[in-house]
Amino acid sequence: MESVDLIYKTIYILVIFGITLLIATYSTYAERKVAAFIQDRIGPNRAGPFGLLQPLADAGKMFFKEEFIPAKSNKALFILGPGVAMLIACMSSAVIPFGDMLIIGGREVYLQAIEVNIGLLYVFGVVSLGVYGVMIGGWASNNKFSLLGAIRAASQNISYELAMGLSIIAILMMTGSLSLREIAAQQAGFNWNIWYQPLGFIIFLVCAFAETNRTPFDLPECEAELVGGYHTEYSSMKLGLFLFAEYINIFVASAVMATLYFGAYNFPFMHELGALISDDPVIANNVITILGVVVMFAKIFFFIFFFMWVRWTLPRFRFDQLMKLGWQILIPLAILNIILTGGGILLKDHFFN
Amino acid sequence: MTDSLFFFLASLTLLCALMVVISKNPVHSVLFLILTFFTISGHYILLNAQFLAAVNIIVYAGAIMVLFLFVIMFLNQSQERVRTATISKFAGVTAGGLLFIVLVAALRDASVQTYDPETFDSQIGMVENLGKVLFGDYLLPFELASVLFLVAMVGAVMLGKKEEGEKHF
Amino acid sequence: MEPLTNRSKKLAKKEMTFAEKAYLPAIAQGLGITLKHFFKKKSTIQYPEETRQRSDVWRGLHVLKRDEEGRERCTACGLCAVACPAEAITMVAGERKVGEEHLYREEKYAVTYEVNMLRCIFCGMCEEACPKAAIFLQDDKIAPARYERDEFIYGKDRLVEPLKTTETK
Repeated sequence: MESVDLIYKTIYILVIFGITLLIATYSTYAERKVAAFIQDRIGPNRAGPFGLLQPLADAGKMFFKEEFIPAKSNKALFILGPGVAMLIACMSSAVIPFGDMLIIGGREVYLQAIEVNIGLLYVFGVVSLGVYGVMIGGWASNNKFSLLGAIRAASQNISYELAMGLSIIAILMMTGSLSLREIAAQQAGFNWNIWYQPLGFIIFLVCAFAETNRTPFDLPECEAELVGGYHTEYSSMKLGLFLFAEYINIFVASAVMATLYFGAYNFPFMHELGALISDDPVIANNVITILGVVVMFAKIFFFIFFFMWVRWTLPRFRFDQLMKLGWQILIPLAILNIILTGGGILLKDHFFN
Repeated sequence: MTDSLFFFLASLTLLCALMVVISKNPVHSVLFLILTFFTISGHYILLNAQFLAAVNIIVYAGAIMVLFLFVIMFLNQSQERVRTATISKFAGVTAGGLLFIVLVAALRDASVQTYDPETFDSQIGMVENLGKVLFGDYLLPFELASVLFLVAMVGAVMLGKKEEGEKHF
Repeated sequence: MEPLTNRSKKLAKKEMTFAEKAYLPAIAQGLGITLKHFFKKKSTIQYPEETRQRSDVWRGLHVLKRDEEGRERCTACGLCAVACPAEAITMVAGERKVGEEHLYREEKYAVTYEVNMLRCIFCGMCEEACPKAAIFLQDDKIAPARYERDEFIYGKDRLVEPLKTTETK
């Protein structure tokens, strides 16, 4: 790899990392605003204009709170837990294609941190590791409520990972590639996967809610039965890291949904628009790419909003309902979806080739 | 570069694997086992077998070890440690040592097959090639394994099903 | 058991339709309702900057009035204390000395006059009982929250209307 490429990659990774953290920070603000608006309130508006400095104030509060470690807890693991949660949450945005390629000085620059040909599996693997932070933290607290929260998180994540994997397989059968860049490129224009995979999308959406521990699947931290769930004993910024990791997970889940089903950076009539803007293919390409990045983030923000919208609408499941939904409804539906997709592909090959 | 990375990873793997055995706390053992899987995945990536690395993480670190941890967290750890008898310690050391000797003896004369730079294909570990091999040359064993999994699944469902008239709560 | 009235609703356990079983239409309906509220007018009042519109007959914090020449009107007759249903008012009467005519209107005046704001129910009976029109409940002030219970006993220092230092008539 050339040194120029290396510098570009470093900058890009830092930028993506920064954007991820920034979006997660402001997700906490957005969450409070959305909750307030849905409940006919106004929400935070005192810190800065429109309360925009509220996340900073929250972080300041978190840092200055007492760092509490329970007496009989497993100290090392207690500290490791939130760190692992945060680390794993930050890992997955590396393979997401936030845009197509820019042409800068004759050099093709792809707006993706690393291109691996198993990008989707990478995301899936990282997501499946996400539960360790919660489990380690919950167990190390030496508190029965925390332990129950951790156990619930583990069983819930494993159950919904299966349905999620099966719904992804239908996508893979259509695209024939595990690379997220490839999947995004195939959905050029308005040829989005959602038109072919509505059932798969709904299954994926439900599983994404369960994997990120969001309402209606937030049983690991359900206040009514488990005090605070896995983070009962946590205080200060260690609690902050757990909460922050949740918002990063939401951001990544939204980005993956936008990439897999809603055409990533593609938008309708993008090529016609490119031809309209300029005759110079380089300028046209760059303008379209930048517009594409904007479109991609618009889609991501919509999904983040959707996560919050659902949170303030639906009540929580009971644990047996959650398990029943996962194993008896979503997995059979996902298998049905695979069979339907396979049949569809065979029919298309038979009649249109 | 790759050489030093390999030695670093290999020593890390051995260290983690050793810690699995040495750790007194079973939860620590499981966490070290997870680290071991990570380092093994690192070896796969060094061999350019990305698919295998990812699947190793998803299946072992992401699912099976979570279940291990799940069970071990339920154990009551406040009980004092079980004292092992001296004779069982001796038996353990003897058995382990014998196994080690056998392994050394077996591997001493084994020769590692070197690759031919002319015909070497660095893309052999990629998903496409792996799929072609699995669904071409090894179709029958692959399908047989899937039947085996199906049988295991049906058995698990049978075991987990409630008996007629049985009340669990 | 016989029903007490004939208005009780029969509980009908009918089979759910497919749409009800799938839950998705109901979820969409719920999301629609919350989205409607998202764009509704907000009912928050930005408190320190804007206050809620009070009724014209709102009864707030007490005030002991002075007359046109700035003399205290209260003559410590004790009718307010008698009228008070919550027994929140206590007072000690005293005789006016020579040379204090500019301070107190009548010959008898209240040396101490205390209202316990923790007991007071802001009913306005004292206002109605007062023959000298000395005590009133203001319509623009409320008794604020405080840290100590002692601070809720309002003495004359906080109840008597402040003197108008400059004549503006």
